[in-house]
Amino acid sequence: MGIPVEEAIKQVQTMDRNVLLDARNVTMQFGGLIAVNDVSLQVHSGEIVGLIGPNGAGKTTFFNCLTGLYKPTFGTVTFDGKPLPPKPRMVVREGMARTFQNIRLFHNMTAIENVMVGMYTRTHTSAIDAVFRLPRHRHEEIASTRRAQELLEFVGLTGVGDTLSRNLPYGDQRRLEIARALATEPKLLLLDEPTAGMNPQETRQAEELIFKIRDLGLAVLVIEHDMRFIFNLCDRVSCLVRGAVLVEGPGEVVQNDPRVIEAYIGSPATPPAPTTDSAGGAADA
Amino acid sequence: MNTVIPDRIKIAYRYPARAVGAAGALLMLVSIFLPWAYGTAALDDMSYYGAPSPLQLCFGVLALTVLALLTIPLVGKQRLGKWAKVLAWNTTAKTASITALITAAIAVTSVAVELGGLLNVEIGGWLVIFGGVAAVASTLFLPDSPEPSLDEVKSPKWLQILAIVVLMAVALFAAAFALGQVDAGAFLTFGSFLVAVVMVLRQFGVFGWLGMAAAANNRVLVISAFVVAFLFPFTQNGSNANMSIAAQVLIFAATALGLNIVVGLVGLLDLGYIAFLGAGAFTAAVLSESAYSHFNFHPPFIVTVLISGLVASLLGLIIGAPTLRVSGDYLAIVTLAFGEIFRITMNNLDGNDGPDITNGSNGIPDIPDLNAFGFNFGQPHVILGIDIGRFANYYWLMLLVIALIIVVFTNLNHSRIGRGWVAIREDELAAEAMGVNTFALKLLAFAGGAFLAGVAGAVKAHHDVSVTPDQFIFLESAFLLAAVVLGGMGTVMGVLIGATILKLLPEKLRFFSDYRLLLFGLLMVVMMRFRPEGIVADERRQLEFHAEDEELAEEVEEELITHKAHLNPEREVFEL
Repeated sequence: MGIPVEEAIKQVQTMDRNVLLDARNVTMQFGGLIAVNDVSLQVHSGEIVGLIGPNGAGKTTFFNCLTGLYKPTFGTVTFDGKPLPPKPRMVVREGMARTFQNIRLFHNMTAIENVMVGMYTRTHTSAIDAVFRLPRHRHEEIASTRRAQELLEFVGLTGVGDTLSRNLPYGDQRRLEIARALATEPKLLLLDEPTAGMNPQETRQAEELIFKIRDLGLAVLVIEHDMRFIFNLCDRVSCLVRGAVLVEGPGEVVQNDPRVIEAYIGSPATPPAPTTDSAGGAADA
Repeated sequence: MNTVIPDRIKIAYRYPARAVGAAGALLMLVSIFLPWAYGTAALDDMSYYGAPSPLQLCFGVLALTVLALLTIPLVGKQRLGKWAKVLAWNTTAKTASITALITAAIAVTSVAVELGGLLNVEIGGWLVIFGGVAAVASTLFLPDSPEPSLDEVKSPKWLQILAIVVLMAVALFAAAFALGQVDAGAFLTFGSFLVAVVMVLRQFGVFGWLGMAAAANNRVLVISAFVVAFLFPFTQNGSNANMSIAAQVLIFAATALGLNIVVGLVGLLDLGYIAFLGAGAFTAAVLSESAYSHFNFHPPFIVTVLISGLVASLLGLIIGAPTLRVSGDYLAIVTLAFGEIFRITMNNLDGNDGPDITNGSNGIPDIPDLNAFGFNFGQPHVILGIDIGRFANYYWLMLLVIALIIVVFTNLNHSRIGRGWVAIREDELAAEAMGVNTFALKLLAFAGGAFLAGVAGAVKAHHDVSVTPDQFIFLESAFLLAAVVLGGMGTVMGVLIGATILKLLPEKLRFFSDYRLLLFGLLMVVMMRFRPEGIVADERRQLEFHAEDEELAEEVEEELITHKAHLNPEREVFEL
């Protein structure tokens, strides 16, 4: 009765777009430390969701719970209507791929080989096929090489296929990690601080790339500290503080929420006069 | 050594240095026509005036090389043209003199040791040392040459193929000549001569060019290598002693190649690998027609080989499934224990402590020769007027097995599976997070490597005639691992070389076998310090050992690109 019409329409729309990732009451406890406390988050297909929060808020731990690296102490994660499988590689096969906060490429492999490792779950050449060089090996190798080349071009890495990934510039390494994750043919892409250490121009390029990925029909869940980046990009933002969800909603709502500002900068009106300490937190945001 | 003498002095004294060096080389050349030893028993009899022995002739080649390297550049840069730039004349002259001096020193020392005192070293021996010292000292004063770039010089295809074939033919004769040396000093001297030749060619830039030629004519290289290996028994004239050593070397090399899949490709440390060879050998022995085998099932050899391989890989699965979840040191300890458990179990399957399968420590003797492909391996026969003995038959069979192993190794390495293995080695967690089934891939390597070792073991049982548990002690596992590490993890060529060195040296140098553990230990320590990637380096492995070396990374990248042509899956070939 009391629900405004817009709100109702919006709810119906959200229900239409099927829920891809549904994390409910996820809690991750390491001994006495509760790193993630009762966090629930939904990601719908074709949606870009942001996850923000000050350092140590448990964002990456939450990511690890979603990708099978950690098994949550409590709570359930459902992906694409099925409970999340227990191993990272099975999660990848279900269609969820990630990048790492500190780049974890295979440094002594070339760019194209890195991407081809990402295709592991989607290819089926067996040891027998490989040893006897059966047609399946040959066809898959040709197809994978082409596909990897396309993916490199898609993320903007044209002509560096044969470069060792350790010889690539920093920004390109981040792109390569995204290409490698895309090679697993995911439905949901999890990006852990994709613009860390980038200059404003590179950040803008990363933003364009993520929009391009969304336009392919993928959902994206992104952890980031760069607020302008996150509020430009995301349909919805969830703010994590000390392991728990503080606020969740559209970008402008979260951005203006006094509790979020307080979590990042400290409360503005605390007497006595603001100390220099509180300014330190602002740099983070 | 490059920085000891300032460049200013090097430039100022380059002509006198050249002259003194050339004089030293001339002295060395003259000395081969003089006697080096007083008695005839040392080395290959160096006691004549005017008639150099074969080893002295070899040494003459080194002396001539030094002389040529020092005098040819005197014609001037204009006349030398591009050859002044693409070849490293000065640095190679230095390398050649140093290695020549070392070779001479080994020869002279051997003379003194074998005849009982320095008194027995004749005028030629002293002269060669003197000339060598002069040559080394003076070449230190030569300015360094830039890196050779012969590999960038365009050359016709026929020349490349010819070079490969000639190289292989020379390798065949060198191997035959080396094995023919009964005298330990002569063997060492010739070995040192071979090392000198390799070092000189490498420094001069010839190896860079050969590497390029080998990559461009990969198939020619592989086929000619196998032809040469196939022809080897014909150089032995029916001598069984050398062929037995050669067959043992191949069995050892085949096992080391199997281990190389586990250690070199996946990066797992296995210290009990000999157990898989043993499992294959015992299986083949039990299934053979030996009177001491308690089984009455004697399948044809092909079936025996398969069963041996399967038994070994089953053991690999049993030991791998629970332990491959741990890695690094833990895996090493578990496999070490497994190797011992295998040996002790074989000892106890004697009817007292367990079922009677292996006759305990007596093992299974009297294993008859193979009778496969309508051909009795025990029978010597004559081909082209040359006696081919029993061991040559086994040698050829092992050659076939090695060819099979190399195909398996290379084809797996250059496939989706090989990429997964590299990814595991690089960053196991990231590999898992990218969907690579790390556990299954590690298990595959473990079982696959065990299968190959089991196959080698089946041949070994018939070759050795008897199989006993004490053939499979921990030391053998350590030697296998040493062969892989010394030769070059992840490479075929390197492991073949490493296995040859580790198996051949103790066989040829009896005096050495008492100290072989000490000397191999020292060798390993030195290698780990100066060249951890092994004699023949796998490009990626090299990078892993030199993570900070940016220059190397660029070089490797270029190499990977040039090598990529023959990894191209669109080219329909059966690569080796």
